[in-house]
Amino acid sequence: MVEQQFLEQLKRAFAIAKKDLRIYYKRGPVVIFGLIMPLFLFLAFSIGRSMPMEQLFTGLLGMTIFFSSMSIGPAIVPFEARSGTLERLVSTPVSIWAIFIGDVTASFIYGLLISTVPVTIGLFLGVNITHFLILCSGIILAAFCFASFGILLSAYPPTDVPSTVMMISNLVKFPLIFISGVFIPIHGWGRIIASISPLTYFIDLVNYCIQGTSYYSVILDFAALTGFTLLFLIAAVKIHEKTLPERLH
Amino acid sequence: MESAIEVKDLAKNYGEITAVDHISFEVRKGEIFGFLGPNGAGKTTTIRILTGVIRPDSGTATIMGYNVLKEPLKAKQIISVVPEMANAYIDLTAWQNLMLIGELYGVPKKERQETARHLLKEFGLYERRNHLVRGFSKGMKQKLILCMALMTEPQVLFLDEPTSGLDVESARLIRDTIRRYNEDGTTVFLSTHNMQEANKLCDRIAIINYGKIATVDSPENLRMESSSLKSVEVSFNKPVLANELSKILNVTETKKIGDKIRLYTNKPHNVINSLMDYTRSKSLMIVSLNTLAPTLEDVFIKLTKEHGKD
Repeated sequence: MVEQQFLEQLKRAFAIAKKDLRIYYKRGPVVIFGLIMPLFLFLAFSIGRSMPMEQLFTGLLGMTIFFSSMSIGPAIVPFEARSGTLERLVSTPVSIWAIFIGDVTASFIYGLLISTVPVTIGLFLGVNITHFLILCSGIILAAFCFASFGILLSAYPPTDVPSTVMMISNLVKFPLIFISGVFIPIHGWGRIIASISPLTYFIDLVNYCIQGTSYYSVILDFAALTGFTLLFLIAAVKIHEKTLPERLH
Repeated sequence: MESAIEVKDLAKNYGEITAVDHISFEVRKGEIFGFLGPNGAGKTTTIRILTGVIRPDSGTATIMGYNVLKEPLKAKQIISVVPEMANAYIDLTAWQNLMLIGELYGVPKKERQETARHLLKEFGLYERRNHLVRGFSKGMKQKLILCMALMTEPQVLFLDEPTSGLDVESARLIRDTIRRYNEDGTTVFLSTHNMQEANKLCDRIAIINYGKIATVDSPENLRMESSSLKSVEVSFNKPVLANELSKILNVTETKKIGDKIRLYTNKPHNVINSLMDYTRSKSLMIVSLNTLAPTLEDVFIKLTKEHGKD
């Protein structure tokens, strides 16, 4: 009975994800922060520097998946609070957790789809992916992790102004890019700081799949990404549950 | 008769503002229950609590026996809401909005497609089903919202000011639909400040002001019980000052309405006799004379004023 109810709620979460994808993939903040921003950052890091193709690919993939998986999520809740559709959703027989799982799923699918672009470019340019299945698993896990992080970032403050959430999410995203060794390998004490970023573990995993070397073990990378995913997901649902009344006020 | 909605001691504060102040009432199965009150009276807050959007600070509410706080999903499964502000997804088409609602209520695919087709045809939106809601007029949006609410054949239908700001034709269509679904067994909870609408549609009405319920009764009983609001309307062949007529015994208030003067009294018969004496003493002639029962509007104003003073 409980299992059946859970599956029914999951089905409804997917209906929400489908709606999110239909509505938000072409919204300004999603296009700017999900597609244009990683491209510009990539160009800023790579132009004029003689970097090996493998390192460029790692950076491009890491940044694309990080930005695109986090682009829809923060925009959804403030947009919907403002238009009154969040109230509509809350009045339907869908659990609060299912609403946010739906939002996470939309961001996850968007991130996953966009990540196929750098992978295709990499393959086209002759990047040798030695552990393709591990890379695919890593991309899936990382997209889900960053999508959950995006929903968490929109949980507080409970605003209905999308630009406020985007500003806060950028304040968090950019430092993470710099401390995760996306383009510049991190050594010494910097590794301690890097370990607090989920992106570090994904970059490490990509390095393993392409260059055959990694700082952490593959199992640790997967474990860290799984841990971050659970942490972000649970925190996102809990904080949203708490702030929802204020948002609907 | 069994209750469809039972509310006990419900209260909700926003900071220092009391939106709903320990209200209790019940709505019977199969009735159209009007929730009448001025702006800011607590109507929308009550609907939002009953539909599970916000939590009350205290009190309980059940819908068809389901506690909205303890079993929110079961309660939400059997209700539908037409909120005050149209909230369909404007970047989806009318069809996509209906399909989404169907999916959120777990309606099987074939059934939701059939229901959506039927409703869109009924409300004259079928030709526009593949158009984005962004381009819809206010009336079309409101019809779509009603279609969305009817996608699941709800046992209890909540409507918050459903005809507010609509053209006459759309408003009539919505009222006719409410009546028809009610005849088929749907319990309707209608929040409105349109007296005529409440009078024509509702079996019973609750009047709410400052978060408190002033009274709950049928529209007819409310009018009859407010005996002090009975009035005599008179016009003479010559101008007469309303103030002069206020001196007549048993007249509580006078009002000039065009060329007529309305005298409020709980004893119309005595006032008519006094008026006859008055016309004779002043050599006047009565052009028209009517006794009037109080309108729902009179009752509403009286009750909300009384409650405001508390």
